[in-house]
Amino acid sequence: MHFEARFSAVGGQGIILAGTIIADAAFLEGKHAAGSPTYTAQVRGGPTKVDVIVDDEPILFPRTSEIDFFLSLATRSYNRFGADIKQGTPVVIDPNLVTIPPEHEDKYRIVRVPIIELTSSELGRMVYTSAVALGTMVALVDVIGEDSVRAALKRRAPKGTETYNLQALEVGINATREILAAMS
Amino acid sequence: MSENGHGVKFWPGNIVVAEAAVAAGCNFFAGYPITPSSEIAHQMSLLLPRGGGHFVQMEDELGAMGAVIGASLAGAKALTATSGPGMSLKLENLGFGYMVEAPCVVVNVMRGGPSTGLPTHPSQSDLMQARWGTHGDHPTIALAPAFHQEIFLETIRAFNLAEQFRMPVILLIDEVLGHLSEGVVPPERDAYEIVERAHDSGEPDKFLPYDVTAGDIPPFRPYFDGATWHTTGLNHDETGFPTTDAKHIQQDMYRHYRKVLGNRDVIDKVEYYMADDAEIGIVSFGSTARAAMAAVKQAREQGVKVGLLRPVTVWPFPKDQVYEFGRDKKYLIVPEFNLGQMVYEVERAVHFDRPIKRVNKVGGVPIYPSEILAAIEEVA
Repeated sequence: MHFEARFSAVGGQGIILAGTIIADAAFLEGKHAAGSPTYTAQVRGGPTKVDVIVDDEPILFPRTSEIDFFLSLATRSYNRFGADIKQGTPVVIDPNLVTIPPEHEDKYRIVRVPIIELTSSELGRMVYTSAVALGTMVALVDVIGEDSVRAALKRRAPKGTETYNLQALEVGINATREILAAMS
Repeated sequence: MSENGHGVKFWPGNIVVAEAAVAAGCNFFAGYPITPSSEIAHQMSLLLPRGGGHFVQMEDELGAMGAVIGASLAGAKALTATSGPGMSLKLENLGFGYMVEAPCVVVNVMRGGPSTGLPTHPSQSDLMQARWGTHGDHPTIALAPAFHQEIFLETIRAFNLAEQFRMPVILLIDEVLGHLSEGVVPPERDAYEIVERAHDSGEPDKFLPYDVTAGDIPPFRPYFDGATWHTTGLNHDETGFPTTDAKHIQQDMYRHYRKVLGNRDVIDKVEYYMADDAEIGIVSFGSTARAAMAAVKQAREQGVKVGLLRPVTVWPFPKDQVYEFGRDKKYLIVPEFNLGQMVYEVERAVHFDRPIKRVNKVGGVPIYPSEILAAIEEVA
């Protein structure tokens, strides 16, 4: 098993954390993981991304080249980082924030989840965006067990926010499953 | 930063360097933040005060290198970390470090250059700078680990070699490794050795700072320890004061070389990957060697007999090991994330007798395994 994921957004949305939690969850399952964030002044407001690789074997080349899951919360980060994605890959976009080229509708499996709106209405605080985003991946990709993601999230969440973060994860999972059911 | 409950830390490479430095006994850091090395300084600023060490953010890179040498001469295990333009600025004082034989470790998290270049993107273009960056004849020890576990162990080894041979040691990583998070298990304290510089045990008022009558490495006595001694970047005699005695200077410069070239059994380190029956050989170091290993693995799955030699100690260059590895290969491939630097050493090591294919790249996007695989297929 070799799995590559990319989470992209703009600096401040907290998306880098989502990638780190995936890597943690992979570690908890005894898998190997590698995470490479963008490191630029962009972490303060420009397009950002984090690439995560999960593998049963030790990871030799630590950068992504054939991405199996892509999530974007901003058009400019979608345009900037939407490369190296495998055909047919699940691509999660927030429809309120991301406009994609029409030809991508057939190229990828586009799943529109209003992550920001959900976070705002269900959790009330935007700090839980990354947990909701994580939930979309859990619903779409069967690489890391839900329990491992929960455990990693709990470990990473600042003290006192564990319950809300876990709740945010469920919001992401359930919303994505409902959207998938409606799509099929 | 995190840990999975079984002792595996998920750390960026820069954090690994800082944690390993402290594990090696480092108790002083002076630096000036520069991307992509800044996390090393940041982590040291957190770690050192907890253990009674000292962290100084200096006014610039020149001052930082000077402070590191000063701390070393006062007996500290000192570290600085930098990148690109910062390394260029450190070079003058790095030469001073070689001349006065001050043990210390200098980390260069390589980025694109020359000049300001590519601050947030990786490169391996400072390999030759590590060897010949500062002026004058001097030997160099430079280590270039490729995996986080190895970064931890090689950082410790960098301090140990610095102490053992009383000289600056350079640790070369790059932005790929510095910002990559992957698993690392910090070794228990009893699993690794910590080397301390040899100390003078004579009368303080009879101390000769560069007395090499007993061996090539002069016993050390820290400043503020009773002895008064002179330090200069000028060629000096055993008293530490300047000399222009040609015979003495020549002997002394050879002694500096002997410290390194006469101890290659301790200093040299190479790793091999699927090299046993290889007909095509790849020589690559650092993060690019990881892409090369991935390419070797893929090529082997297609039945191509290809293997890799990875210098971990890049200076002194492991020429004998590369000769042995390369002499019977029908082709050698040298992938490096620059426009061609290590390839010159490989050519010399195999006596210019093997066909060599270069794989080079600049611009901030690392060499991908597919690019190295294409080179393998071309010569297979």
